[in-house]
Amino acid sequence: MSETTDNPIREAIAEAIRDHEVILFMKGTPERPACGFSARTVAALDAVGKPFAAVDILPDPRIRQELSGLSNWPTIPQLFVKGELVGGCDIVSEMYETGELFQVMGVEPPAEAPDHAPKAAEPGAPPLQIQNDLVDRS
Amino acid sequence: MPTTDELRQRIEAAIPGARADVTDLTGGGDHFRAAVSAPEFADLSRIEQHRRVYAVFGSEIGGAIHALSLETRAE
Repeated sequence: MSETTDNPIREAIAEAIRDHEVILFMKGTPERPACGFSARTVAALDAVGKPFAAVDILPDPRIRQELSGLSNWPTIPQLFVKGELVGGCDIVSEMYETGELFQVMGVEPPAEAPDHAPKAAEPGAPPLQIQNDLVDRS
Repeated sequence: MPTTDELRQRIEAAIPGARADVTDLTGGGDHFRAAVSAPEFADLSRIEQHRRVYAVFGSEIGGAIHALSLETRAE
């Protein structure tokens, strides 16, 4: 049986989700995504243009394990806004296309909704980096 | 190695009235995409709809099924 009081990785993940309004758990970094699904999600977030925190789950397999246990979501990436799971690549892409992603992130959507998710990241403010932070706490 | 037909059958067997269209994204038998419609999705959020489909495969997601991209709708 697991004890929540004896699970520093899960606690660090929960704290990171609490402390960052927009946080993406992904494979690789926003500059160097290590998976197409993570790359696509970063591209949608970059297109919205709001800075976001990013955590690379690859350095320690326990991060993914504890994250999925916490969120009840089996795949990576996972986007959280204001402490709530928004979804993975499919949902984030779909919400970008419908304009809902702008709404959720509190950003004024462009006058004309985009037809499809962007293929590559657009230039913008560099995302806040906290990857490996979770590993250091273990 | 799971096949698209096996995935389709398992989704349709697990979720009442569901219709699934499964494709192998890479041809490698581990990256799939499923378009799933089901009557019960009408009462569920998008997150819950996806969780319902993921739950059919449990720990196989991320294991034998490396990736399962989803598109869900109520019907």
